[in-house]
Amino acid sequence: MLLKHIFMLLLAALLTPAFAREAAPAAADPVAEARLVQLAEELRCLVCQNQTIADSNAPLAVDLRNEIREKIQTGMSDTEIKDFMVARYGDFVLYRPPVKSTTLVLWIGPFLLLIVAAGILIFNLKRQRLRAIEPELSHSEQALATSLLQPDSTKETP
Amino acid sequence: MKKAWVLIPLALFLAMLGFLGAGLKLDPREVPSPLIDKPAPAFSLPTLDEPARTLSAADMRGQVWLLNVWASWCGGCREEHSTLVAFSQTRAVPIVGLDYKDQPGDARRWLSDLGNPYVASVVDIDGRTGIEFGVYGVPETFVIDKAGVIRHKQIGPITPDILRDTILPLVKKLNAA
Repeated sequence: MLLKHIFMLLLAALLTPAFAREAAPAAADPVAEARLVQLAEELRCLVCQNQTIADSNAPLAVDLRNEIREKIQTGMSDTEIKDFMVARYGDFVLYRPPVKSTTLVLWIGPFLLLIVAAGILIFNLKRQRLRAIEPELSHSEQALATSLLQPDSTKETP
Repeated sequence: MKKAWVLIPLALFLAMLGFLGAGLKLDPREVPSPLIDKPAPAFSLPTLDEPARTLSAADMRGQVWLLNVWASWCGGCREEHSTLVAFSQTRAVPIVGLDYKDQPGDARRWLSDLGNPYVASVVDIDGRTGIEFGVYGVPETFVIDKAGVIRHKQIGPITPDILRDTILPLVKKLNAA
């Protein structure tokens, strides 16, 4: 029985490296590893700027993941770790930049554009509805129109 | 009145063109460092020449100095190296090298082959000091004042133009202060 257990352990030890080196720490502390992934997905890799630190395999991203892993182990909170990153790499590392004077356009710009576009749409719709209403002619206008529509008067009008 | 309305899409298009044109001149790789006007992170690292000897940021207190992040594997560093070597000969300002995630053997060979512009190079083998400095693309160069405050960060290779127009005037100003 004991032999079987040892055999299983050995087998497991032999098989684990085959999966991936990155996966190894996950077994050590799944909670910390889940936090690492969550944090890394919020942070931009500065080497390949459209990837998160979680996605990227750039050496810097690997280093930063290790840095985060260590910070989690020392008991730092998510906010503290993010502040650490921002202090060194700026707001740019955050995929969700904080609301402040320099990023205000970023945050409210799309909504402003939406409001402006909706305004233009409403304005145009209203104008179209006004145009659709048949204009009422006064008697003199009606008489003028009829005279203009007479077959012999059409030739004179350009 | 009607004609003015027709011009609006054109005006919007031109405005967009203007923004796009300006965007072409911006380099998205140049991310402004939050470390400007902040004290340079403390480090104490073995020097490349004598691993037994360490150099720390505090050792450079009292003088204006440049911290140039380089590595023998880095193409941009090779590009800027001759500029740095020539500049170091003017003795305008001491340059400390931060040999970033490099093999010391390769680094020493690189310096003996291409010339050594540094008063000393320190070895940041695991890139931890690089992270403290917010390094994300080598080469990077920091201008640090007498009080140990970072005053400027150059991302990417230094050219003679950048030296003449940006770095030298700043060094002169900081030395006079």
